[in-house]
Amino acid sequence: MIWKEILIRYGELSTKGRNKKDFISRLRTNIRNTFNDIAPLNIHSERDRMHIEIETEEQYEVLMDRMPTIFGIQSFSPVAYCEKDLESMKNLSLLIMEQFKEQQITFKVEVRRSDKTFPLESHEIQREIGGHVLRSNPNISVQVRKPDVELRIEIRKDAVYMMAQVIPGAGGMPVGSNGKSLLMLSGGIDSPVAGYLVMKRGVRIEAIHFFSPPYTSDHSLQKVKDLANELTKFGANIRLHVIPFTEIQTLIRDRVPSNTLMTTTRRLMMRIADKVREEIGALGIVTGESLGQVASQTLESLTAINDVTNTPILRPLIAFDKLEIIQIAEQIGTYETSIRPYEDCCTIFTPANPKTKPKVDKIKYYESFTEFDELIERAVKNREVYRFPEKNESKDKFADLL
Amino acid sequence: MIYLDNSATTKPYKEVLNTFIQVNESFYANPASIHEAGVESNTLLDRARAQMAKILGTDDRQVLFTAGGTESNNFAIFGIAKANTHKGKHIITTEIEHASVLESIRVLQADGYEIDYLSVDSNGVISLQELQEKLRKDTVLVSIMHVNNEMGAIQPIEEAAKIIHESSRATFHVDAVQSFGKMPIYFKDDAGPDIISISGHKIHGLKGSGVIAFRKKMNIAPLLLGGGQEYGLRSGTVAVPQAVALAKAARMAVEDLEQSMKKYRKWHNELMEFLTSFGSVIHILSTPNGAAHILSFSVKDLKGEILINALQKRGIIVSTSSACSSKQKKTSHVVLALKTPPNFVNGVIRLSFGGLTTDEDIQQFKKAFTEVMKELKGE
Repeated sequence: MIWKEILIRYGELSTKGRNKKDFISRLRTNIRNTFNDIAPLNIHSERDRMHIEIETEEQYEVLMDRMPTIFGIQSFSPVAYCEKDLESMKNLSLLIMEQFKEQQITFKVEVRRSDKTFPLESHEIQREIGGHVLRSNPNISVQVRKPDVELRIEIRKDAVYMMAQVIPGAGGMPVGSNGKSLLMLSGGIDSPVAGYLVMKRGVRIEAIHFFSPPYTSDHSLQKVKDLANELTKFGANIRLHVIPFTEIQTLIRDRVPSNTLMTTTRRLMMRIADKVREEIGALGIVTGESLGQVASQTLESLTAINDVTNTPILRPLIAFDKLEIIQIAEQIGTYETSIRPYEDCCTIFTPANPKTKPKVDKIKYYESFTEFDELIERAVKNREVYRFPEKNESKDKFADLL
Repeated sequence: MIYLDNSATTKPYKEVLNTFIQVNESFYANPASIHEAGVESNTLLDRARAQMAKILGTDDRQVLFTAGGTESNNFAIFGIAKANTHKGKHIITTEIEHASVLESIRVLQADGYEIDYLSVDSNGVISLQELQEKLRKDTVLVSIMHVNNEMGAIQPIEEAAKIIHESSRATFHVDAVQSFGKMPIYFKDDAGPDIISISGHKIHGLKGSGVIAFRKKMNIAPLLLGGGQEYGLRSGTVAVPQAVALAKAARMAVEDLEQSMKKYRKWHNELMEFLTSFGSVIHILSTPNGAAHILSFSVKDLKGEILINALQKRGIIVSTSSACSSKQKKTSHVVLALKTPPNFVNGVIRLSFGGLTTDEDIQQFKKAFTEVMKELKGE
């Protein structure tokens, strides 16, 4: 294989003066995490780019496969090296351009000659290599203004570096460079998208899910776990806190009027989430709420729910249309999982006519007859925590079968 | 017993059988059930699906498990035709397809579909020019097999795909039952097929298991209706043990692919040379460019059945050109399409190699065949 390293260009973080160092080291750690199942990577970071050495073809394939989903990367390119003589450069240029041989493309050669002792001038190298590529492939023509492919050649002290593809990265900021928040993950379409969007802005997330067996099934819990696992491909480990919610949910059903049941349930979820958030040292709570989508997502409802805490609640989807949300979900690969048809905690005990404009005072009044604090404490204490990406051991029971 | 009939079916690998038994013992729950055991078999099913998807180069969702090659072929043809009547009612296929394709298409023909059959040359290969000429605005489906089951001709799938995708709206189905696991076949963006049919028992998997896979989300109507399993496209409780066994057989086949292709090619060349040495009394239907694991030939004025019996007496199992049609007493449509000389049409037999075939088997065959020729033809 000709590729010897992958060159990474940073995203927005290039512009952030003082924090730059932190950002780069964060990105480096995230990259290491993403690839910790392949042999330890040799990563060299510089001020505005990063190099990852490639040792085997398998490594190359895994790197190319996962790199596009890691936040904080503007673009990346596979890079090849060769000896500093014209013959080797010609050979390598052909090998690199071979990947385009079936297509009709335009190209140009771009030379950076940082080693000024190299005997040929930039334009001479350009002419030699360009001519050589053109002669060998009738489908290629030269176009200097807007070529389809730019064959970049860098003459450095130690070797000649070449690359021809610039593959767009996921952009955004390295996950973890903007603190940590707790994502309320229901299993629906919206919440994973909300998680994805804040991750893109560099927020590390942990997730919380409310589990009400026997009203919700193992399938629905598995779905949430799968979603959490899918979100890890954006460059971070995720912990999922599963709250035993049956007791509280049935108590609410028995104690408050059915048309305000949803609001109270949400308020209690929020109180629990806030407790967990505090314990894990997260700064905000992220939800997939989108204005007006359902009864609990009107401004009045959001006010009533928000009333239980001062913690910042991040709602990245607040102004998105459902179709826009679905589009992102499909893009990031969570949609198929989200639409698996299992009951989640939000769809059980749903009243026929939930209040779309609940009043905080009234809600508080209805709740005042029941002591929830102790139940909340217990639910938080009895939560189960899962880590993603899943360690291979738990999956291995199938490995022999396949 | 020296078994040289691997294109009819193969002996399941031990590893595959073990998987089948273990899954039946430990993960027998219905993958659609919502209890824990069901969730578990569903997870296992997903893993098998993902493994097949990876091998074929498509998304997990585009792999459906079926009951075998025939179902996959029927499904592809009826499913695409029925769901795309707005595109037209014209179908293109070849003269030498498997019966599961031809018979399905005949039913559609009776329903008013127009069918064009591509002819093949003496090597059993279609003409791309003819394909180009027969493609029409209202062509809805093109179905071309990758490797012919009776004599091993390989069709130019990539080139055909290019022509089909560039000059029509037709869906391109490839029956890869005889090639999958023996030669590379997978989806390659626009440069490949849209649908691939696969059978488990041709690759040392189990009978009654197959896959239909799509390059991307397809507009296709289900053949089997009911509980909406397999994303609503193939109802019926999914046979998880078969699916997992198939995924395993496929993995093993693909891992050994390079090795086995080399082996088969060596035997193919060796036997071609051996058969040629008998002179004009033998007519070889297969060509050096055909699939390496299939070798068909015919002995002048000799019924295939007699040859098979004579070889069987010496412990060697081969078949007439296609196991499916060999009990019917009519001349194979493939043999006719190849314009085989009349003296040879009734005597076609087929040797086919598999993962368990050895060098020793080939030598034994040569020895036995020499004896048989002496006995029957005095050669």
